[in-house]
This record gives sequence, C-alpha cells and structure tokens, in this order.
Amino acid sequence: MEAKNILRELARGRMITNITVAAIILALLTIGIGSLYSETLSYYRETLSTFMMLFSVVLGLNIILGYTGYVSFGHAVFFGIGGYTAMVLMYYYGVNVYLAMIIAALAAMAAAQAIGFIVLRLRGAYFAIATIAVLEAFRVIVSNVEYLGGSEGLQLEASYYTGYSIAGYRGQMSVHYIAYFLLLGTVTLGLLLNLYVSRSQFGAGLRAIREDEDAAEAIGINTWKFKTLAYVLSSITPALAGAIIAWKRNIVLPEEFFSLTLSIESIISVMLGGAGTVLGTVTGTAIYHTVKTIFLTSFPSLHLIIFGITIAFIAEVLPMGIIGWLRLMSTRLRFLLE
Amino acid sequence: MESILEIDNLHTGYGKIPVLWGVSLRVEKGSITALIGSNGAGKTTTLRAIVGVLPTWKGRIVFMGEDVTKTPSYLRVEKGIVLVPEGRGIFPQMTVYENLLMGAFNRRARSKIGDSLERVFNIFPRLKERLNQKAGTLSGGEQQMLAIARGLMALPKLLMVDEASLGLAPKLAIEIMELIKRIREEEGISILVVEQNVHYALNIADYAYVLETGRIRMEGPANEIAKNPEIIRAYLGMH
Repeated sequence: MEAKNILRELARGRMITNITVAAIILALLTIGIGSLYSETLSYYRETLSTFMMLFSVVLGLNIILGYTGYVSFGHAVFFGIGGYTAMVLMYYYGVNVYLAMIIAALAAMAAAQAIGFIVLRLRGAYFAIATIAVLEAFRVIVSNVEYLGGSEGLQLEASYYTGYSIAGYRGQMSVHYIAYFLLLGTVTLGLLLNLYVSRSQFGAGLRAIREDEDAAEAIGINTWKFKTLAYVLSSITPALAGAIIAWKRNIVLPEEFFSLTLSIESIISVMLGGAGTVLGTVTGTAIYHTVKTIFLTSFPSLHLIIFGITIAFIAEVLPMGIIGWLRLMSTRLRFLLE
Repeated sequence: MESILEIDNLHTGYGKIPVLWGVSLRVEKGSITALIGSNGAGKTTTLRAIVGVLPTWKGRIVFMGEDVTKTPSYLRVEKGIVLVPEGRGIFPQMTVYENLLMGAFNRRARSKIGDSLERVFNIFPRLKERLNQKAGTLSGGEQQMLAIARGLMALPKLLMVDEASLGLAPKLAIEIMELIKRIREEEGISILVVEQNVHYALNIADYAYVLETGRIRMEGPANEIAKNPEIIRAYLGMH
C-alpha cells in the first residue's frame, strides 16, 4: 500500500471510530433521558451506571496501560482519591457535587504527578507491583485517618441532597438520574481523551515508549515528560467517577474505593478489548461487564471465577485483545480499527 | 578541518560504577570516525553519553561549537545528534512506515517528512517494498537498514551507529557498511561508528579511536591503525 492509500484508510478508520463513539454516547444519552419518563428503562439506567463507572476507570487506564505500556495494577487509587476528595468537600464543607468533581479530578492529577515521580522510574513488573503497593498504602492510611472516617468511612446525611433536582425528581430521588448523566459526561470526556491520545503526536510518542523506551529516547522523545503526562491524564476519569459514585452511594469506604478488585476488572477490560485502541475499551468493558452481570445474577457465588477464566483466555488465545486481534487480520483492518 | 563533535575528558558510568575514565575524541565534519574496541570497553556507553541518555559525570561534550553537556537528550536529537542504538531498537509492533515516521519526531524533522522519506527510499529501496510490514517481521539486515533509515528521518548532522554489523551474515554486514559510506557521500552527514568488528569499521572510516577499559588507548587515521601490529594482533586475529 502506498503512503497516500494509508492516509486515506486512516482517515476512513477515524471516521468509523468517530461515528461509533458518537453513536454510543447518543444511545447512552437517549436511554438516560428515556429513564426519566419510563419505569422499564430504569433497570438499564442502573446497569449502565455501573458499566460507565468501570468504563471511566478503563478509559483512564487505557492511556497509561494501553498506549504507554505501563501496567498500572492499582489504577483504582485515583478512583479512591477522587471519591475521598469529593466526599471530604461534600461532608465537611457542603460543596455541591459538580464543584467537588472538578476539585477531585485536580487532586487526582496532582497525586498522579507525585506518585508518578516515584513509580514511573520503574518499568515492567516492578512498576506494576509498585502501583499495587501505592493502592494498598492509600487504603491502609485512609482506614486509619479519623478525619476520613477510618474504616467506617464517611456518610452524607439525607439533608445534604435537598438542593438537587432533575425533571421533577427532587432530593435523593434525583441522585440516580443525575449520577447517570454525570457518568455519561465523564465517559464522553474519557473517550475524547483517548481519541486525542490515539491521533496526536503525543500519542505517537507514548506508543514509541511502549514499544521500546530506550529507542524512544534515542529518537528524541522526552520520555519522562511524556509518561508523566500520560499518567496524569489517566487519573482524570477514574477520579471523576470516584467522586460521582461517592455522591451517589452517599458513603465512601476504604476497601470499596481503594479496591484491588476494581483495578483488576479494569485491566481485564482493557486487555480483553485490545490495549491501546479506542474501540477496544468499549468492546472489552461491555463484554466483561455483561458477562459479570449475568454471572452475578445467575451464579452469585461463582462470579469471581470469571476473573480467572477471562485472564487465562486472554493470555492463551487473545494476547492482543479482540480489537487487537482483528487488527492483526489484515493491513486494511489495522488502519480501519482505531 | 572543522570538528562537529568534541568530547573532552568524559567520565560516566552506571549507578555508582564508572565505565569511562576520561575519554576525549573528535569527529570531523563530513568524516566517518570509528570507535573500536573489545567487549566491555565502553563504546556503547560513550555513544549513550553523547546522545544524553546517560548523564555526564565529568568532562565536556561540544557539538557544533555549542556545549551540550547538560542538554537533555531529546533536545540533543533536535540539534542533530542521532543514535542508531545497538540491537537496532526498532519498534517491532509498528510497521516500517510508522517506524520511519517516528524517526521524524523532533520538530525540526517533522516539517520535512515527505522529503526525508524520498531520500531514505533512495538509499534503502528495500524498505519501500516492505512499507506496511511489521518491523518485527523483517530480516535482521532489513531491521538494521530500518534502524539507520529511522535515524536519517531525524535529519541528523551527526549519525552515530552502534554495532551495525551485529548478528548479520558477513555479506549483509558489508552491504550495511557500504550503505553507511553512501550516507556520508550522498548526504554529507558526519558519522561515528562503533564496531566490535574492527575490520569492517576500519574499512570505511577515515579516522579511528581504540577504546580499552574506558580509556582511549590509541588514535590515528584508519589505514594507519589497521596496519598497527598491536591492533592486528589484538583485534584482527592475525599473528
């Protein structure tokens, strides 16, 4: 294929991705608005809310794990930092959820900069282990700080919610609806960030780091700056989701917000779909979340088994993930599937 | 002759362990300079210090009259110091085309991508045939060509090639050496080659330095070094 054809195929692939992403966001928006008026759609609203919570973490993780190749094994740490920051603001200062979300995201970005300063010196398995250690350290510290509620967590009073309303729903009745739209906004932001990384010179630099960090440095990439920025960007959507979930559930608990399970679930979703692809994040999360929901409702005590099965399946059959595998099938698909 | 690179009393190493104990060398503009020596002499370390991947502990690196000792490596690349790393350092999961584009990452090179591609294909026509192949699936010789081609995409003023002959059949290694010579002749780029295979390096070089346990042991015009009995005994395997 000539360079000109490559560019044409790439442009076509971008168009397909744009349309897919737009369609997903529109569908989620339609269901959200529909659920305001239809009882039946409320079930989907809740399922999709948990899906979008996981998806927010996945979209962040994909930037550092997918594009940059750094396996952040404790990525839920940013979900926790976001959730706790927002909760402190809401609980002690009565700040509304919208402002709390923004501050939570900024706090997570600052934390990513600080944590990254230490852990991004490590590579490969050492980096992965260090990120687990960071997550565990946060969980233990938070469990022991009285100001943060210790192991009991912090819980918002019902009176806190009086000011919120949407389409006739007021106070606590409105929370599920508002949270859905906030999560949708977070997911939209995450998708845009991933598209930016996928198409920019910055993203090309990250991919070079993933392939061979020393070579990336030799061709003139400021690797330290690039991977720090990737890590900081990867913390935004998990933190926003953490803030929304803290508000929605009206409580933060150390083991739920600094959760290794959530970290692993997001890794599985990224790997299943295809690390470092935009379409893969959607595919992987959707499949994982669907299978998990089916197992949770039909075989409640067995659902953790799918962790193991999925990981074994990915490692043995699909190390590149579903989209990654399709991309391998032909040069054409490689350019078409972003 | 004007020199493009001057290193003065360079000390560096890994962690706390010193590898170079005061290396001084010059690369003249438009020349091919060879840095030869056995395993562990510090050849690769010297190149890594020049490109800035390793910090300089002591000494000075002057590139085109400018002190770059403290310049971060990505800025040195932008100034025109480009390293083709040992073991090729290509991006195996990217296609040949993507690898080449990555080479033009720095701002100066980015605006001239089309031009650079044409020049690179002129020297390495085989890469054009393999444009959409994954770099990891190329043969060893082709991977080495790609590594050098990617280096050229960065618009180097000084191209440093580390062990280009490593792991290649003699015929291919000679072909690569000829290509390096062509790059100097057709592009006018100054070149610093590091080679364990002294024979190949001295064949194409104008001037050579012999590095031994972190110090320059000997230097001189390549043809004179090639005749030096000590060199012949130690590196060329003849008695």
